[in-house]
Amino acid sequence: MMETEKVISAKELTKRFGAFTAVDKITFDVQKGEIFGFIGANGAGKTTAMRMLCGLSLPTSGLATVAGFDVYKQNEQIKKHIGYMSQKFSLYEDLTIRENIRFYAGIYGLDEEQIKEKTAKLLRQLRMEGQDKTLVRALPLGWKQKLAFSIAIVHDPAIVFLDEPTGGVDPITRREFWSLIYEASARGITIFVTTHYMDEAEYCNRVSIMVDGRIDALDTPANLMKQYAATSMDGVFLQLARKAVRTGD
Amino acid sequence: MKPITVENIVKTYPAKNGVVTALKGISFAVDKGEIFGLIGPDGAGKTSLFRILTTLLLADSGSASIDGFDVISDYKQIRKRVGYMPGKFSLYQDLSVQENLEFFATIFNTTIKENYDLVKEIYQQIEPFKTRKAGQLSGGMKQKLALCCALIHKPSVLFLDEPTTGVDAVSRKEFWEMLYRLKVQGITMLVSTPYMDEASLCDRVALIQKGELLSVNTPKGITGEFKKPLWSVKANDMFRLMNDIKKDASVESCYPFGQVHHVVFKTQENSKEELERIAYTGNYSEVEINLIEPNIEDCFMALMQA
Repeated sequence: MMETEKVISAKELTKRFGAFTAVDKITFDVQKGEIFGFIGANGAGKTTAMRMLCGLSLPTSGLATVAGFDVYKQNEQIKKHIGYMSQKFSLYEDLTIRENIRFYAGIYGLDEEQIKEKTAKLLRQLRMEGQDKTLVRALPLGWKQKLAFSIAIVHDPAIVFLDEPTGGVDPITRREFWSLIYEASARGITIFVTTHYMDEAEYCNRVSIMVDGRIDALDTPANLMKQYAATSMDGVFLQLARKAVRTGD
Repeated sequence: MKPITVENIVKTYPAKNGVVTALKGISFAVDKGEIFGLIGPDGAGKTSLFRILTTLLLADSGSASIDGFDVISDYKQIRKRVGYMPGKFSLYQDLSVQENLEFFATIFNTTIKENYDLVKEIYQQIEPFKTRKAGQLSGGMKQKLALCCALIHKPSVLFLDEPTTGVDAVSRKEFWEMLYRLKVQGITMLVSTPYMDEASLCDRVALIQKGELLSVNTPKGITGEFKKPLWSVKANDMFRLMNDIKKDASVESCYPFGQVHHVVFKTQENSKEELERIAYTGNYSEVEINLIEPNIEDCFMALMQA
């Protein structure tokens, strides 16, 4: 009974668009509390794979469960038990910090009491007390991203999907953001993260690298660097991505 | 005569409560044939500066010149001789690859044929798709077409605003290789990027944050300005290790860098012994402590805190 709990389990998961195979039989597991890096060149199939795992797109074939729910039949359940944040879509700029928290917490079905409690806790954690009536529009980008992440896990999901969460922010804020990721992971929330920063790939417990729709490598950063005789994840990534036949998005 | 000079440029924008100052008196100059990097996060003021130098935006005060022409009084001459690749894809999505290039050549009173040599190497990569509409190109191909369009009138100065943002590591490397080939042809380039690792690819860089230049120097010069010893530390439990190091009163900063933490102490005596003590007290295993050379990101963060 000591087997680690799997939050994602995918077996030969495939998505075709007509004759084009965007995701080609990917098989992998993600354990509870793990920080799992999902990297690949533009067009390797990351977004399509993520959409299937979030219950937003039905696979063509293969099997997968996320938070214990089947991606074919229980995709509505999946949506309730995951968090999602991307650089492109996060918060409502015209709402205040408090209103954004309330909105998302409400969407995820928290009751009034829980919302009140969560709002206070979240503002304290982010050291944003007293600023709750500030419009999100007025916040610096780094703060927005930290707030967006905290809101994405406001309902204590089993797993949170982060799609390039740190694009464009300064190096200190980027690291503060990763501290939040570590804290969430320590609380047992599983992190599934894509990034173009290869040093961030090194912060992950394990990293999968997609090439032309396949997962061509999956291991801890240390093992990958050993296997590819590289001194950084950048070196590993370049060796794998240069094999790609496909180009572009 | 320097191809780019910037003297005390100030730019403000009206905001709800007063003004936002995007550029707080910026000065620097770029030499002929140089690749000059403007490195900083979103909101640092990079795009405002690009738009002022390409004569698309007026500064509140200060002056700037391109190839000796003033950005205000000589704006027409400047527009003829600079190439500008904005951060946002700004070609005609409904025109084909070839039509876009022809359009830009015609606007500048030239032909593709006349300056084909300059764009040839880049254009050949997208030529198989020359009848495809620009809006249907992949990100990497859009980027190549935009570069061709910015080059087709053989500019003497090229402005590239975040050309590699959101682009994967392989395409980023290829893009920089293209820039080096242009440099050989004598084109001066001002290129902005939020990726600190790209600083080392420039001849000189300006680190910019909140409308101010933190430093202007060669990449080596910037890292040479980092005066304190920098330690790299690694152990079995990195998250706990970071918290333990940060708790230590003698530590100035501790930041994660991939598989290691970079640590700077307030004073310089016994730093290694202090790290060993923290590792020992915290019962860590697989401990590795090394004195290392700082990189641009270390310097940027140190300057941000200064």
